[in-house]
Amino acid sequence: MTPPASVAALEAREVAKRYGPVAALEGISLEVHRGECVALIGESGSGKTTLLRCFNRLTDPDAGQVLVDARDVARVDPVELRRRVGYVPQDGGLLPHWRVRRNVTLVPWLRGLPDAPALADRALTLVGLDPEAMADRWPRELSGGQRQRVAVARALAARPDLVLLDEPFGALDAITRADLQSTFLELRRRLEITTLLVTHDLAEAFLLADRVAVMHRGRIEQVAAPDVLLEAPANQYVRTLLARARIAG
Amino acid sequence: MTRHRPVFAAFAALLFAVSSLVAQERPRKIVVASKPFGESYLLAEMFAQLLEARGVVAERRLGLGATEIAFAALRSGDIDVYPEYTGTGLLAILHERPSADPRAAFAQVAREFRERFGMRWLPPLGFQNTYAIAVRRETSARLHLRTLSDLARAGPDLRAGLTPDFIGRADGLPGLQGAYDLRFREVRALLPAVKYQALAAGEVDVIDGYATDGLIARYDLVVLEDDRAFFPPYEAAALLAPGVAERAPAAVAALTELSGLLDEQRMRGYNRRIEVDGEPVARVAAAALDELRLLGREDRRTGTRGGPVRGSLAAYLWGERRMLLHLVARHLLLVAVSLVAAVGVAVPLGLALERTRRAAEAVIRGVGVLQTVPGIALLAFMIPVLGIGLVPALVALFLYSLYPILRNTYAGVRSAAPDAVGAARALGMTPQQVLRHVRLPLAAPLIMAGIRTAAVINVGTATLAAFIGAGGLGDPIAAGLALSDTRMILSGALPAAVLALGVDAVLGACERAVRPGGVAP
Repeated sequence: MTPPASVAALEAREVAKRYGPVAALEGISLEVHRGECVALIGESGSGKTTLLRCFNRLTDPDAGQVLVDARDVARVDPVELRRRVGYVPQDGGLLPHWRVRRNVTLVPWLRGLPDAPALADRALTLVGLDPEAMADRWPRELSGGQRQRVAVARALAARPDLVLLDEPFGALDAITRADLQSTFLELRRRLEITTLLVTHDLAEAFLLADRVAVMHRGRIEQVAAPDVLLEAPANQYVRTLLARARIAG
Repeated sequence: MTRHRPVFAAFAALLFAVSSLVAQERPRKIVVASKPFGESYLLAEMFAQLLEARGVVAERRLGLGATEIAFAALRSGDIDVYPEYTGTGLLAILHERPSADPRAAFAQVAREFRERFGMRWLPPLGFQNTYAIAVRRETSARLHLRTLSDLARAGPDLRAGLTPDFIGRADGLPGLQGAYDLRFREVRALLPAVKYQALAAGEVDVIDGYATDGLIARYDLVVLEDDRAFFPPYEAAALLAPGVAERAPAAVAALTELSGLLDEQRMRGYNRRIEVDGEPVARVAAAALDELRLLGREDRRTGTRGGPVRGSLAAYLWGERRMLLHLVARHLLLVAVSLVAAVGVAVPLGLALERTRRAAEAVIRGVGVLQTVPGIALLAFMIPVLGIGLVPALVALFLYSLYPILRNTYAGVRSAAPDAVGAARALGMTPQQVLRHVRLPLAAPLIMAGIRTAAVINVGTATLAAFIGAGGLGDPIAAGLALSDTRMILSGALPAAVLALGVDAVLGACERAVRPGGVAP
C-alpha cells in the first residue's frame, strides 16, 4: 500500500496555468519528499496559491502533470482526492452553523470512518485545545487563534499523510501567530506528515519549512533549504527578497 | 433519490389540491354574473332568483372585474348570462358608433353578437341606463347649468371627477369633449365608490354617473340634459353565452319573463334602496320580483331574509361571521396553494441559478417584470386561456409570488459564507453536499424571509381574485365598492389585514426557526 520512500509525496511536472491573458504558472516543476515541509513564498500574484490548489484539484492545470503519491491527480476523482488531503485556508473556513466538534468530524464523516467524534477529540487535543471545553462551541464564539487551531484540527482529523496550508497564520496577530507556529512544528515532529505551506512571510517559511521555494511571476526562482538560500541566492530577485525580509525582520 | 422525495410529495399534493378544486367547479348549472356596480348586482340577483323560482339551478358570480372581464368570461363559457347594456355592447365590445334610436341599436347588437360571437341578447328589460353628468344643485343654480351645452360654457372653471372607465372610452369623456367642445379645469380619476362623496364634499364639481343611480337623489344632484343627444342608448338586457339558448331553454324562458317589465323610475327606486338605504341586494331583488308578480307564494321567503339594515360594524361582522369564515378559508386556500407552488418553483430555480450566475440576473429580472403587470391586467390577459374562477387566480398569485422568493433564494445561496463554502469543497464535499449542508442552511433565513414577503403581498393581492370570480375576502370588498357600502368593504378589508398580520407572524416564527444555530441574527 505504502509507496517506496524514494518516491516524492508531491510532484509537479512542467505545470502551466493561465487565467485569460494572465499566466499564473509557467512550467513549474517541484518535488516534495515524504515527511518534508516545503514553503512556497512569493508576492501576491506569484502563483503560489494556484500551485497549491493544483495538488487537491481545486485548480486543474492547462498543461503538465501533478502527482500525489506518484499518481497523476488528473486520473483521480477530485472529491476522493480532497478527502485524503488535509487543507487549511487562511480564514479557517469553519462552517459557522456547525459546532466545533462537527466541524472537526467533517472529513471522517465524509469518508465514513468509524468513531468520528473520537478522531475529532484527538485532533483537537493535538492542536492544543481541550475537547471538553471547545467541542460544543460555535465558531463565532472562538478567538482568531482558536479558530485557526480548529481549522488545523479539522485538516488532521482523518489522519491524512499530506496537508496543504494556504497562508494559515497570515491573518493572526504576531503573538498568536508565534503560538500557532510552535504548535505546528511540534505537530510535524510527532506526526511526520508531508506539508506544503503557502506564505508571504519569509521568517515563517524559514522557521517552519525544510525547504523554501521562491516563486515569482509564475516561475520558481530557487528551491533550497533556508541556510542554503541565505548563503547562495540564485539570482537578483532572491537576493532582493532576502534583503527586504532582513530589513523588515 | 431520497432527497427529492419531499419535493415530489409537495408537488403531488399541490396537483391533487388544484385538480380537485377544478373538478369541484364544473357542475352544469346556469352561472349568473354581474359587473362590479350596484345595478348590475341587482339585475344579476334578480336573474338568479327568477331562475331558482323556475326550478333552474343558478350559481352566482357577481362583481366580475369590468366589461372586458365579464365579456371574456361569457365568451369562454365560464359564465352563462350577465346583464349588459346595448350602448356598451356597441361601443366597448364591437367598437362601433351606435345609432341614436334605441330599437335600431338593439337590433344592431343582437345581430352582430350572434354573427360574431354566437351570443344572444334577450329582449330588453325595459329601461335605459345611460351616462348622467351630474353637478351639485348649488353649482347648477350659481352657474345656470341645465344642459351639457351650459356645462361646456362653464367647464374651464370646474373640476371633474370621472371614473377611469369613462375617461378612457369613446362614448365617455373623449367623445363628450368632441361633441360639446367641453374642457374642464382639471380631470381626476375617481372610483365609483368615492365619486359621489367627493362631489358632495366639494372636492370636485362634476361627476359621471348612471341615469338610474340611487345616489343622485340622495345627494340632491342635478343631472344635466344631453341636449345634443351624444350618449347612445343604453338599454339593459340579459346577454347569453353561446349555446345557452340550446342547452337550457327553460332558463331562457324564465329570463325572458323579465323583458319589458322594468322602467327607469322603478330601477332608481331599487338602486336607491341598495345604495342609499343599504338594503341587501338579495332582499331588494326578491321584493322587485314580487312587485312584478314573478314569484309564487312559496318563493317569497327569500324576500324577507336578511339581518338588520343598519347597525354597528361589530354587529354586522358578527352577523356575517359564517360567510366571513368561509371567505377567510377560501382566501387562505388561494394564498396557500399559490404560495406552495411558487416555493416549489422559485426555490429550486434560485438554487439552480447559483450554478449559472451569468444567466441569473437576466432570469430574475425577467421574473421581476411580471411584478410590474397590474393585477387586474394580468387577470384579464389570462381569461382567454384559463377562463375565470379559481385557476387563473391561483396562476396570477403564483406568478406574483415568484419574484421575492427567487430573488432571496438566489441572494441567500450566493452570499452564504464564501470562505466556509470554499473550505467545505476543498475538504471533499460534493457540490450537492455543499448545497445541502452549507449553502441551504445558511441561506434558509433569507429564503424564508422571501417566502414571508411573498405571502403577505399575496394576502393583499388575493383580494383582486374577486374580480374574476375566485372568491375570498375580495368579494365583500368588490361588492362594497360597487354598492358604496363601507361596512361591507371593511368586512373584507379588516379580516384581510388581520390575515396578513397573522401570516406574517407565523412565517416570522418559521424564519427564526430555520435560522441555523451559531449564526448571528
